[in-house]
Amino acid sequence: MTATTANRGLRLFGRDIRLEGVFALVGLAVVWQVVSFFTPDYLFPSVPQIATRFVEIFSSWKTSHDAVATGLRILAGLTGAFVFGSILAMLMARSDAFERYCFPLLNFNQGIPALSWVVISIIWFRGIEFRIFFIMVMTTLPAFAFQVLDSYRSMSKDLFEMTLAFRPSRWDLFRTLIWPTVLPGILTAWKVNLGNASRVVVVAELVGATGGVGYELLQQQQIFDMAGAIAWTIVLVAFVLVVQGIIGAIEAHALRYRPAAERTL
Amino acid sequence: MSVDAPEPPVIAFERVSKSFTRPDGGAFEAVRDLSFTIARGELVAILGKTGCGKSTTFNLISGLLRPSSGRVAVEGHDPFVEFDWFRGKIGIVFQNDRLMPWRGALDNVALGLELNKVGREERLAVARAWLGKLGLAGHEHDFPHALSGGMRQRVSIARAFAGKPDLLLCDEPFSALDEHTGNALRDEFRELLRETGATAIFITHSIEEALRLGGRLIVFERPARIAYEARSLAGLSDGEREAVRAGIRQVLAADAAA
Repeated sequence: MTATTANRGLRLFGRDIRLEGVFALVGLAVVWQVVSFFTPDYLFPSVPQIATRFVEIFSSWKTSHDAVATGLRILAGLTGAFVFGSILAMLMARSDAFERYCFPLLNFNQGIPALSWVVISIIWFRGIEFRIFFIMVMTTLPAFAFQVLDSYRSMSKDLFEMTLAFRPSRWDLFRTLIWPTVLPGILTAWKVNLGNASRVVVVAELVGATGGVGYELLQQQQIFDMAGAIAWTIVLVAFVLVVQGIIGAIEAHALRYRPAAERTL
Repeated sequence: MSVDAPEPPVIAFERVSKSFTRPDGGAFEAVRDLSFTIARGELVAILGKTGCGKSTTFNLISGLLRPSSGRVAVEGHDPFVEFDWFRGKIGIVFQNDRLMPWRGALDNVALGLELNKVGREERLAVARAWLGKLGLAGHEHDFPHALSGGMRQRVSIARAFAGKPDLLLCDEPFSALDEHTGNALRDEFRELLRETGATAIFITHSIEEALRLGGRLIVFERPARIAYEARSLAGLSDGEREAVRAGIRQVLAADAAA
């Protein structure tokens, strides 16, 4: 019986989605609905009200644009942080001197709150999109740099020597050894940073933008529209889950060589 | 009447020393004043205790280390300075299989050919043929984790031979395998060497393995210097083998006592 329950699930993006997760979300919606019967709408709007507002978001060009804009800002910021972070990681891996200067700066950067970068970028830059891109890059860059550097450093010396014995070109060494070695770390960094980025982008849009999920949340707060606030939050969560699903599918394919233990801890 | 000049050696060590810096700043001498030559087509077993500098010598030949003093020449070229010249010329079988876990058996065997810019169709055909020769047909797309230790080492032997190297370097390739599998692979390996005619250096710490290979034998003492040498082990009688065995044991015992 237990085995049957454990194997029951849906497949999405090539991954098994456990029904327990679906049941938990449905349970939360049921509890919310029950609470909504006994509380005013501005505190706990009913599930149908939230669903209606969610559908409305994608029925209007303006609000659809806001939802898509936030998604694109997250992806652009993460891509920028990934590129810059990877370059810094490779430079640190190749030069101890560079690492001695760069590492403390990245550590220092990690201590700076996202809100500080929001204020700094508003003062420094005029363009809204560049402001948000800058904030996203500055807040997620250290994690990418550290993760890529760590993955590179964990490269097997045995495999490195073996590959080197075949006298590969630099590009071939990167393609055949370095990239497959750092890929798991890169995918982990994307998954971790995705959640961080979705939180940071909302703060950035809340303070420094005229569109996007953060901006729309501010509008809902000003008119006390809880159904709208929840609907916009769900839009952001749905985006994060979809991107996580895509990353998960890439991970499942790219790391399919890893053996799976039948017994877990 | 012309007289043919003797063929130059494939490998020549001239008074080679190699030292490493210890973490406390002191020096550790792994190889001292080592000189020897290896002719084309020879199979040479290098024997010695753990830590006697066998692997350092191996890395000096493969060009992964630069000598502290002296000169290493492989095919007349410096393997460290002229690193790229040796592309496709050296095959290596390591102590552990060193297969890329993200590549299937076929792609692992084809790695050297791929890095030597051999076309995809050709390299896969060669790799497939070598897997078949080593009894791994049907396992082409298996990842290393799905193969046994012996099968993985067969894949690494196939990878070394697939590029038709002039020189094969083997660093205790069968030491991690059980006796039966190790003996079977050793016999296959010797047969493959005979077929390809490659020059081979076989590093081992096992006297029996060195004798079984049947080529020339060099015994190292610490730091790597030649302490004993037997020119050819092929065709020795039991008594002669026992004499060689006793000679090796004597050198190893003296090295341990020192």
